[in-house]
Amino acid sequence: MSLMSLTALELGRKIKAKEVTVEQAVLEAFEAIEESEEKLNSFVTLNKKAALKRAKEVQKAIEEGTLKGPLAGVPVAVKDNMCTKDLLTTCSSKILYNFLPTYTAQAVMNLEEAGAIVIGKTNMDEFAMGSTTETSAFGATKNPWNEAHVPGGSSGGSCAAVAAEECSFALGSDTGGSIRQPSSFCGVTGIKPTYGTVSRYGLIAYGSSLDQIGPVAKDVSDCAAILEVIASYDEKDSTSVKREDYDFTSALIDDVKGMKIGIPRDYFGEGLEEEVKEAVLKAAEELRKKGAIVEEFDLSLVEYAIPAYYVIACAEASSNLARFDGVKYGYRTKEYDGLHNMYKKSRSEGFGEEVKRRIMLGSFVLSSGYYDAYYIKALRTKALIKKAFDKAFASYDIILGPAAPTTAPKLGESLSDPIKMYLGDIYTIAVNLAGLPGISLPCGFDKKGLPIGLQLIGDCFQEKKMIQAAYTYEKTREGKHSPFSKQADTTLGQKGESRS
Amino acid sequence: MSKAYEMVIGLEVHVELATKTKIFCSCSTEFGGTPNAHTCPVCTGMPGSLPVLNKKVVEYAVAVGLATNCAITQNCKFDRKNYFYPDNPQNYQISQLYLPICRNGGVEIETAAGKKTIGIHEIHMEEDAGKLIHDEWEDCSIVDFNRSGVPLIEIVSEPDMRSADEVIAYLEKLRMLIQYLGASDCKLNEGSMRADVNLSIREAGNIELGTRTEMKNLNSFKAIARAIENERERQIELIESGEKVIQETRRWDDVKEYSYAMRSKEDAQDYRYFPEPDLVPIIISDEWIKEIKAEEPEFQTQKQARYIEKFELPEYDAKIITGHKKLADIFESTNEICKNPKKVSNWLMVETMRILKENAMEPDDIKFSPVNLASLIDLTESGKINSTVAKEVFEKIFFEDIDPVKYVEEKGLATVNDEGALRETVSKIMEENPQSIEDYHNGKEKAIGFLVGQTMKAMKGKANPGMVNEILKELLNK
Repeated sequence: MSLMSLTALELGRKIKAKEVTVEQAVLEAFEAIEESEEKLNSFVTLNKKAALKRAKEVQKAIEEGTLKGPLAGVPVAVKDNMCTKDLLTTCSSKILYNFLPTYTAQAVMNLEEAGAIVIGKTNMDEFAMGSTTETSAFGATKNPWNEAHVPGGSSGGSCAAVAAEECSFALGSDTGGSIRQPSSFCGVTGIKPTYGTVSRYGLIAYGSSLDQIGPVAKDVSDCAAILEVIASYDEKDSTSVKREDYDFTSALIDDVKGMKIGIPRDYFGEGLEEEVKEAVLKAAEELRKKGAIVEEFDLSLVEYAIPAYYVIACAEASSNLARFDGVKYGYRTKEYDGLHNMYKKSRSEGFGEEVKRRIMLGSFVLSSGYYDAYYIKALRTKALIKKAFDKAFASYDIILGPAAPTTAPKLGESLSDPIKMYLGDIYTIAVNLAGLPGISLPCGFDKKGLPIGLQLIGDCFQEKKMIQAAYTYEKTREGKHSPFSKQADTTLGQKGESRS
Repeated sequence: MSKAYEMVIGLEVHVELATKTKIFCSCSTEFGGTPNAHTCPVCTGMPGSLPVLNKKVVEYAVAVGLATNCAITQNCKFDRKNYFYPDNPQNYQISQLYLPICRNGGVEIETAAGKKTIGIHEIHMEEDAGKLIHDEWEDCSIVDFNRSGVPLIEIVSEPDMRSADEVIAYLEKLRMLIQYLGASDCKLNEGSMRADVNLSIREAGNIELGTRTEMKNLNSFKAIARAIENERERQIELIESGEKVIQETRRWDDVKEYSYAMRSKEDAQDYRYFPEPDLVPIIISDEWIKEIKAEEPEFQTQKQARYIEKFELPEYDAKIITGHKKLADIFESTNEICKNPKKVSNWLMVETMRILKENAMEPDDIKFSPVNLASLIDLTESGKINSTVAKEVFEKIFFEDIDPVKYVEEKGLATVNDEGALRETVSKIMEENPQSIEDYHNGKEKAIGFLVGQTMKAMKGKANPGMVNEILKELLNK
């Protein structure tokens, strides 16, 4: 059994107990990658040489007792939109194909300081724009459960790498569901923290007011432990929040007695696959059995979340992505006639279709004459959505629903119909608009053997309640969560939830 | 010209703030330096970098707002102004459009036409861009981001000015207030104060505004005055010949004394402003405003009153000296050392002003140390050097900031007080000029001046003039 089939915390404990070395763990990660990469394409860039060098340093620090954290020596894969010093950071875009950052993102720094070993950069939708990881300039990532299907997106590479046991855990980023939806499609667990919890310094921005970095891992305990490490108040990020409660692992409690869980009726309407609905409601029932008070309610405004999101995210993106112009770094067209032509050709050739679509959309909604009608209206909608959630959280501790309306679609199905793809984000994006924390964790499989994700949403800064509810639910499915190891397969087979 | 026309002028003044670090990162704002030495991921717009606001910028902006009678926007925020240009590494500038930090102020100016208030529409904070250098030899452009992210405030006036005199008076007033606050050194020639002139023409008595142009690249008060006059004539000529003034941005060439169109309103860019999502709103509490107000320095009018009252300077002198923070600073530091306000004032009012004028310099260009002027005053007061020598030494101090004590000693400029030596020289001069002696005895008092002059000349200006006079009179009246 590969060390990569262990959870990050299990591996960390083994390393500390000197049962395995950091180097062994890193080597096994690269063995797993070698085995799966050709099929999956989870990674854009591998960091083998530096990782092995770092493994020795970390091993020494662990032995000397200077590195004591639970993630010391554990291999991590980082989404390719987080800057890593001297390691290619491409955002899966041709325009940054050769970009070597001069500094490392704060969240990654926090992990490195805790002794985690960055083994590579994972594939994603170009600039995190997409829900399938198919818009990557470096080819689509495949879903480890069924390679004919997408892993979801935009953190598809990170989720696939965790599901396929190519790493112990990964970092993703979530602007409109980019951690939770692919976690759901890949049968792994991912958290989108409250806006401001994890520093965005070094995260190449898509929609600055919505972006958050979060953990992708094999279970809730790992996610809580990783979040504890990556979350920090950062003076370099003005939107970073100084929190009192970074002890997320203290919420790993198997108990929901008296916890009030609201199920928004709006999340179970048209477009939701029956199998997904059943699995999610079954999960709610499990939590009720464990003592939670589960009620249905009307959240309202959900239908407005998608247009508001696309206006705000694209507006910010149109400005955030302006710096990729061929002047300072990245791709520059070969032949050009003057500055203006150089800009135009470099950007036309360097960006993919979906990115160009969103830049144009964003430029349009910000242009004079349209600003009030689109951008301002979207901001008002955002405020109303936040209000609707505030009202809900006055009555409930947690909101429960699906992470996505379907399981993973087949490759090629989504891009032909962008509107349909955008609608697939319906359950996740309101959470970003309201700045709330959300977690996606496995709650079953459909008949095709594809994972289904349960989404739990907490109030702002209430990650702990959310983690506690998720952990309690996870306990009811003991043995079913680990996606790929043969051990899990057997368990799954026994319970009648087999992979195709 | 058959009709009477009136100019309507509004100003956009950019002022570089005197903070030690840039507006959104901790890089130094120091002028000069190796290209790109004062840069980091933030001010070079590297992917993933984020701005963090320098608190001092807000304090300076509020201080300028208070000094110009503006209302402070206590909940203000930044916006992004989007445009592509290589000196702008993010291809957007962080500025303020929707909620500028100061609004609705004004300053009083005084010209030959009398006193008048010029309204201030708003003051907003923003970041400066980098500098493009076009390398003709290599046929390429290179960019230096040392200035990128240097904090600026833009002071936008109401279109209240009607003449170049008013424009200059308004700029001088702004400069004085800002220099007094220490918020900027406001040097037009170095670009730490930049004024864009919006100008339109209308027939006198008309209420409707004409089409305006915006004039850029004005690097001195003189250039501003010339550009205004030139643009006034250009617009009047267009109107008189039945043509239309086009709303456009023009660039002034002060050498050719001519302006040319840079871009017209038609191809004006849509900047797609929107609130900067990487920065949080700035909340300026009443307490914070009070603190900034409490730090306010003594402004010109208060200083002038104090100079008259405490130092007994004439009103005119006090006004001139306090009119420039630099002069006032020198006055106070020098007086602190030599305790002779009247003499210090004299040196500033007469010799300093003369040299400045002769060399087309501004008080800000003064480099000498107050301690050297103080020493010079001591030398003259104690009679160690006479006034002629003092003037010569002062020029040395002004341009080279020399130590006058050492200089006088090295050059042997000390006044000759030795009576024997003086008598000898005077006798010799008398012998050589019998005619003058005769003239004197015939009642021509002026002749004594000539003899004093000759004596001084013979003694290379170092003779004690009082003693020369006495000795002369004594010998003549023998």
